[in-house]
Amino acid sequence: MNILICIKQVPDMESKFKINAEKNWYDRTDLAWRMNEYDEYAVEQAVRLKEQVGAADLTVLCIGPDQVKETMKKALAMGCDRGVHIADNDAHKREPLEIASMIAGFAKDKNFDIVFTGMQSQDRGSAQVGVMIAELLAIPAVTTIVDFAFDNGAIHVKRELEGGGRALVKATTPVVLTCQLGLNTPRYPTLPNIMKAKKKELLTLAVPDMGGIGACQETAAFYFPERKGSGLVLEGELPDMAEKLIHLLKEKTGVLA
Amino acid sequence: MKTLLVAEFREGKLRVKYSQLIAFAKELQTTTSMFLVGSPSELPQFNGTLYLADVAKYGEYNPTVHKQLLLDVIAKEQPDRIVFHHSSYGWDLAPRIAVALKAAQISEVVAIEDGVPVVPVCNAKLRRKIKSKTAQTILTLQAGAFGMEEDPIGTPTVVPIDTDVTGKVDCSGYEAAKLEGVDLTKSEIIVSAGRGVGKPENIAMVQALAKALGGEYGASRPVVDAGWVDHNRQVGTTGRTVTPKLYVACGISGAIQHLAGMKKSEFIVAINTDKDAPIGEVADVFVVADLKQFLPVLTEKLLAR
Repeated sequence: MNILICIKQVPDMESKFKINAEKNWYDRTDLAWRMNEYDEYAVEQAVRLKEQVGAADLTVLCIGPDQVKETMKKALAMGCDRGVHIADNDAHKREPLEIASMIAGFAKDKNFDIVFTGMQSQDRGSAQVGVMIAELLAIPAVTTIVDFAFDNGAIHVKRELEGGGRALVKATTPVVLTCQLGLNTPRYPTLPNIMKAKKKELLTLAVPDMGGIGACQETAAFYFPERKGSGLVLEGELPDMAEKLIHLLKEKTGVLA
Repeated sequence: MKTLLVAEFREGKLRVKYSQLIAFAKELQTTTSMFLVGSPSELPQFNGTLYLADVAKYGEYNPTVHKQLLLDVIAKEQPDRIVFHHSSYGWDLAPRIAVALKAAQISEVVAIEDGVPVVPVCNAKLRRKIKSKTAQTILTLQAGAFGMEEDPIGTPTVVPIDTDVTGKVDCSGYEAAKLEGVDLTKSEIIVSAGRGVGKPENIAMVQALAKALGGEYGASRPVVDAGWVDHNRQVGTTGRTVTPKLYVACGISGAIQHLAGMKKSEFIVAINTDKDAPIGEVADVFVVADLKQFLPVLTEKLLAR
């Protein structure tokens, strides 16, 4: 089987964000970077599938500046066979359809059986790219999967629904699957596998032909939301804060009788 | 301006939150029509044209077919905006339409300011206003961002629609949410653990505080996904929606999916090291502290009372 896993490098969401000079995105300096959490599930599922079927080749793809190769190395250490880095210093400015067009441009003549990707990114969070890749490649996509089984060529997935129920969906290859949190338990790369990953192929490509697709939208403003909450902020020594909180609970709630 | 709303039908029922789509359209004061793959026996309360495909024929989840039905309506109706819920149905179907129309899709809209959609970025820590550069624009609306005071009223003019296109995937049915066991919706005090607990052993601190307060413990999604707490204790969109007298969020950043499940609690305490965490938007009291240090101190003081 020929499998593509599309991942993104994102900042740690606990980071202290600043707004960039152009006021259209967050400032990319002084941030800790990691693999988009949803994509970790995508990588893990692909590796598990390879472990199941044996004969599978896993290509991990990532778009961005040189620094994304660090994140790609994690995917290689988790078990992907090769990496394709699409070098694009403007990746963070790209809208979903542009990103999907690049990936489809790369994938169109490669005959991938399954494309795994996260159902959304943690920073931009559009939840569009995976489905758009499938549409551009004219293959089916099933989104938000929380369960995956491969059996004799048939793919059985469960889609997560609001309220916690699941839809049971059957598909065949080729297919794009977008992965939701909880699909599996992503592994931590072991030291030997981290060493092995260093020897794996990591090819850097220029931006592929995007079929004439440009951005359909643009950022009109970028800002921190106003704090609507009029909540009280407690800071300081732990025992003081605990005393103050207990006092507040007595005063404002009926729960500490 | 013309707006086409995309309503949803699942597990044999019209999804009632279509009223949020109508509320959104009202805010924009546009001419509005609606699209639904649903049942003629269960129509939305709506005054306008309803393009209705029969769900018995086309299925509830059948993206290729729903896409074609919707594209046919768009070709006929020529709407300026096509509006979906940002939901498992909406985020699955909307990008298919965006690609077909080569149109802008703006996801998870939380507000419209001066006619421009606003969306969250980076786990709702930041906001972005997005201008569409295409003639038609596709929007998905964050659950609960647009609402109505009263229930919608009206009777739609039904226009039946059909297609010859067949599907590529097969949805064979549904599996119910696994929520047996403790029922957090009945708890008056809930102390919930988030990613900030760090490791499974620290769940005990959250349990201890819950016990000291005489309540139950819950968890946010990452903690449940990690297998540290059972799914029946998950608070949020895919778990329980709770309204206790006191909700204590320990190390929970406040993703929208979690907030949706607890923001109507009477009194909310957040304990978090990150002052900018979105949980602050709903917290009555925000304790800036590492829960691993603060919870034992708080629990001890409560027990010593």
